[in-house]
Amino acid sequence: MDKFRMIFQFLQSNQESFMNGICGIMAFASTQIYSAFDFNCPCLPCYNLAYGLGILLVPPFILFLLGFVLNNNISMLAEEWRRPRGQRRKDPAVLRYMFCSMAQRAMIAPVVWVSVTLLDGKCITCAFCTSVPVETLGNTSHLGLSQGDMKRVLARIPCKEIYDGQELIANEVAVRYLRCISQALGWCFVLLMTMLAFLVRSLRPCFTQAAFLKSRYWSHYIDIERKLFDETCTEHARSFAKVCIQQFFEGMRTDLAAAHCHLPRKAPENAGEDTEKLLGITDWNTMNMALKSWHRCKPPLHLHPPALPSAPGLCCGGCQGRHYQICKTSFLLPRAQSWAALWVYTVLKLP
Amino acid sequence: MDRFRMIFQYFQSNSESVMNGICGLLTLASIKMYTCIEFSCPCLPQYNMAYGLGIMFVPPIALFLCGLILNRQSLVMLEEWSRPQGRRKKDLAAIRYLCSSIMQRAMVAPAAWIIVTLLDGKCLICAFSSSMDPEKFVDFASASPVQVQQLLAKVPCKDEEFMRNNTSRKAVSRYLRCWSQALGWSILLILIIAAFLARWLRPCFNQAALLQAHHWSNYIDIEQKIFEETCCEHSRLFAHKCILHFFESMRQEIKLHSFSLPREGEGAEGEEDLLRGITDQDQVNKLLKMWYYEKPPLNVSKATQRHPLGRERSPLDTGLCWGSGGCSKHWHWATGRTH
Repeated sequence: MDKFRMIFQFLQSNQESFMNGICGIMAFASTQIYSAFDFNCPCLPCYNLAYGLGILLVPPFILFLLGFVLNNNISMLAEEWRRPRGQRRKDPAVLRYMFCSMAQRAMIAPVVWVSVTLLDGKCITCAFCTSVPVETLGNTSHLGLSQGDMKRVLARIPCKEIYDGQELIANEVAVRYLRCISQALGWCFVLLMTMLAFLVRSLRPCFTQAAFLKSRYWSHYIDIERKLFDETCTEHARSFAKVCIQQFFEGMRTDLAAAHCHLPRKAPENAGEDTEKLLGITDWNTMNMALKSWHRCKPPLHLHPPALPSAPGLCCGGCQGRHYQICKTSFLLPRAQSWAALWVYTVLKLP
Repeated sequence: MDRFRMIFQYFQSNSESVMNGICGLLTLASIKMYTCIEFSCPCLPQYNMAYGLGIMFVPPIALFLCGLILNRQSLVMLEEWSRPQGRRKKDLAAIRYLCSSIMQRAMVAPAAWIIVTLLDGKCLICAFSSSMDPEKFVDFASASPVQVQQLLAKVPCKDEEFMRNNTSRKAVSRYLRCWSQALGWSILLILIIAAFLARWLRPCFNQAALLQAHHWSNYIDIEQKIFEETCCEHSRLFAHKCILHFFESMRQEIKLHSFSLPREGEGAEGEEDLLRGITDQDQVNKLLKMWYYEKPPLNVSKATQRHPLGRERSPLDTGLCWGSGGCSKHWHWATGRTH
């Protein structure tokens, strides 16, 4: 029990540390993915905006969903939400607490991605290069370009090697301008997010502390109960399997003895523990038959008490052991019943 | 007892070490962020000041807030401050002590950012190049006022054609960087002297009160941790009992409805205990289905027997239940205090 207690305390105290760790790893992974990703602005008027905003917004959405997928508690939440009420009420506050804590952790990686993208500036430069204020930063007067042409020229700002609008607006000026706007947006976003997180974290103890303690306790309880139930079922399955297999070998031993018309082997009184463990199977043929029987005719998932007598008789189609006994029982019982009915009818002459 | 003592000492010594570690990591992260993010001054008259000062002051605010968020003691302090008085007076000295230690740790990363920014110099050059007096620099003195503003604004951008080898630009840059670094080193010196004096002179002023405040602030922190540990332990035991009762009730129901002979064989009694009377596939399936469709009520004070009609039992009994303030009540039973 002490071992379980230590493991559970470790898991419990570490469940949140574990999830925080996953959160941190995902945030780090998002920065690495961004730096490894080869950003390639298409430099075409219709595609720049879509590409830039796509890179800014689609990966965060994917990271958010991934944050939920990697969180083990999502299945716990779904189970608690969907289960029938039965004898235990559902507490919506607990469900809300579980969802909020998962959502908060899942939001960290997307926020990091958006911040890094904005602070780097390439996405905004690509997306909004056609909206640069050329009147203030460049010369529109003496070139006489149409709107379409100007947009086409401006769209090439992110691609320095093919940019041909140096007289219209200098590439460095436009890039610096756009990057400045992007970084300003990035830092404002970071400040907004940290302020929001700070407010959420600091206002909670001032308003709803008692309700929070309750929700936290019961959400931990649901988690622990689920784990303990799984442990108990595993223990049960282990014992079930052990008894099933023991009964299989017992049945094998008895049936072999019956089939070969000699008495079941009895271990001599001073036999050691090892001899007991051999379960009466002591030669090559017998072991092979046991293995073959295990493969071809696994015993049913029904443990029987060891005191039931096993009579010789039918053997159905090469099966041994427990199944043989069940076959026999299921064959004999209806026959016995019909014989009994006939006897009653004959003797008592019931209509 | 020894185990508990070791755990207490671990928490005591490690709470502050953990906070110091987080503080250090945040400082390193702030320096790394500064070096990674490419500083790009817009070199436009209206934007330079806003950009330069923004980069100098906005990240420190975000880092300060991060420092507060990541510090566990800030939650402890807020809880202690906002709780109803009940039967325990609030110790304002402990709360003040906690507040000051949290603030000190949270200010390290922003201070590091500001100092690194000033020592590097780019922010100040970007922000104040337009505010320079053009008379002092040869190339700028001869230009018209409008042009002067434009030129001065372009000083931070070395890659401009006009600016690349311009001596006046280099002069302005050097001048501003010199001021920036002087400011940076001065701030660093002032902060270190302030920290030194605060630590050195603290024992001269009311050391006894300080020791008390330190002790009780630690106590509040440890009490909070132990409460959480006790709740975990309690919920584990509660769950264990609940599941055992569930298996028992299943076993009893099976006994009621099955016609199997009573077990007489000596068999493997240890295994029988673990099997809890559930010995075939259908019974196991039924148990698992029942676990999903009808979880047992949260009440382990009475023996739970399943009602044959599956009638719902009200969980508002004595003992520990969902809606009646469960855990906190139990805590109060354990310590003899009520809220």
